[in-house]
Amino acid sequence: MELQGIGIGRGIAVGRIVRMPDPLPEPAVSPSSLTPAQEGARATGALSAVAADLLVRAEQAGGVAGEVLEAQSMMAADPSLVDDVTVRLATGVTAERAVFEAFAAFRDMLTQLGGYMAERAGDLDDVSQRVVARFSGVAAPGVPDPGYPFILVARDLAPADTASLNLGQVLGLITIDGGPTSHTAILAREKSLVALVGAAGAQSLADGDEVILDAANNLVMTSPSAKQVAEAHAREAARAARALAPVSPGALADGTPIPLLANLGSADGSAAAAALGAEGVGLFRTEFLFLDSVTAPTVAKQRVEYERMLRAFPGKKVVVRALDAGADKPLAFLNDAHEENPALGLRGLRALRASEQILRDQLDALAQADAATDAELWVMAPMVATVEETRYFVALAHEFGLKTAGVMVEIPSAALLADRILRHADFASIGTNDLTQYTLAADRMLGSVAAFQNPWSPAVLRLVAEVGAAGAALGKPVGVCGEAAADPLLAVVLVGLGATSLSMSASALADVRATLGDFTMQQALHLAELALAADDAASARELVTAQATEFLDSPSEPARVVPSNTHPERY
Amino acid sequence: MLERTVLVGSTHGLHARPAKLFSQAAAAAGIPVTLTKAGGKAVNAASILGVISLGIGHGDEVTLAADGDTAETTLDELAQLLLTDHDA
Repeated sequence: MELQGIGIGRGIAVGRIVRMPDPLPEPAVSPSSLTPAQEGARATGALSAVAADLLVRAEQAGGVAGEVLEAQSMMAADPSLVDDVTVRLATGVTAERAVFEAFAAFRDMLTQLGGYMAERAGDLDDVSQRVVARFSGVAAPGVPDPGYPFILVARDLAPADTASLNLGQVLGLITIDGGPTSHTAILAREKSLVALVGAAGAQSLADGDEVILDAANNLVMTSPSAKQVAEAHAREAARAARALAPVSPGALADGTPIPLLANLGSADGSAAAAALGAEGVGLFRTEFLFLDSVTAPTVAKQRVEYERMLRAFPGKKVVVRALDAGADKPLAFLNDAHEENPALGLRGLRALRASEQILRDQLDALAQADAATDAELWVMAPMVATVEETRYFVALAHEFGLKTAGVMVEIPSAALLADRILRHADFASIGTNDLTQYTLAADRMLGSVAAFQNPWSPAVLRLVAEVGAAGAALGKPVGVCGEAAADPLLAVVLVGLGATSLSMSASALADVRATLGDFTMQQALHLAELALAADDAASARELVTAQATEFLDSPSEPARVVPSNTHPERY
Repeated sequence: MLERTVLVGSTHGLHARPAKLFSQAAAAAGIPVTLTKAGGKAVNAASILGVISLGIGHGDEVTLAADGDTAETTLDELAQLLLTDHDA
């Protein structure tokens, strides 16, 4: 049987299922046969035992995880909680029920507060589960560690779960809920784990079931035959071999070069990215320099970090994005006003213009770092909506001596005006995550609308095509630096729509490089047309997958041997 | 009864870590201390859940209160913690 979901990456894994334990049942509402004082002693005993256990774990974990566990230990022993439990016990309920209700009451209070406080509700749930488990003498629910490699099935993974996951033992992840931008999906991409998210049918999988998890084909195969298992192992080995293959510059089957670049959040990942064949950096996020600061970092401090990054890619392109912050990633010195709709608020270039000195300092530091190193530095502005904003940023960057200045295309307005925007910008880089969020009007952080966050949406692809066409007409490079570029088949479609370079998590480079090499420009154009003409994201992906398979099954396809010089130079 | 009124310094208010540091210090003081947000109810300062449940944000005005011989030094120390930006 096959269970459908959304595959993350191109991997395949064979293994046995281990399920994330379900939450413990709610303690029954039944009158206690003990006195409130006796129940009180039971409650205090369970709470202090859990508090002590969490404290031991906190010491073992250390760091940020240790801090969270320590706070959880305090919650278990909290005097306000004990007071609340005592009041509930006076009504004659059991200790189990009183503790459960008290935690639930505090949880609701935190949820109502919203924001940073609401994020603590999950911590409190975890403590509550531990106490309930202690009463019934069972193991507290948590990430399993059966002692052999396994495929984990969970409803969805919380950040706390992923932190305690023993990645050495996890062959793959399957989630019943969650979409392609869920925490699980992001973790899977970062760690190159095989994963399938949003697989509702996985609810039927039981501990010990052998399955084939096939992310490339968006499915889980249950009760596979010996032949299917052997084929899966062969594909796994072929993929591993591909990852070990010598890295070459990204190119289509006909030789059209499509430079493959890495998305990086700090200079730390640069050596690993270069080793995986990154031909430069397509998106260097600079937020890390700012997020931990009360005041903006000095020009000198920024320059040191930028130089460190640029030195890792001598002679290569490094595209640096100016600080992208706003009410969703609040920085006290930039914008700490409360906004009802942070995604639609004073963020990106808008926030930088409101505090222009911060932008000037950043461009100054970048220009100094550029002068001191050999990389080819490009700068771009985040969240640009208008031609006027483009002219403002490009002029300011040029004023500081930065030769190549462009804009991110994340807002539909910028895509629709690409023919005008690219007259002023030196290049455009499409951020597909935000472009999808704004095109479908679906908050990318909100699980209930996760299904809309699909870059295969023909509406999103049509906007990409607008930018691609404008870039081709004006001879300006058009990159893609969202997660869409990390989906190998979608990467081919993006090239067909006019993307001249692709930037992604370094872990996705090998698969995208291999897939680009399977298709010619003519085939990519054909696949792009199919996707654009589809009714929705799912059928776009289906149509393109079917046609791509057909192209691959007819290796005598003449387009594959057309010499590269028949295509106009696009980059 | 001694009181101290201060403006909270942490960028994201008294959420997880700042609240933990504050409640730990209040519990270690050995005397009962209450924390009140302007216009809100008073909670036991040693209760991390009580402190978090006030939903105290950056720059909010809060009042500490305690009785006893060590009240003055205890309140000074706790007020200092509230003024510090633990998110920095």
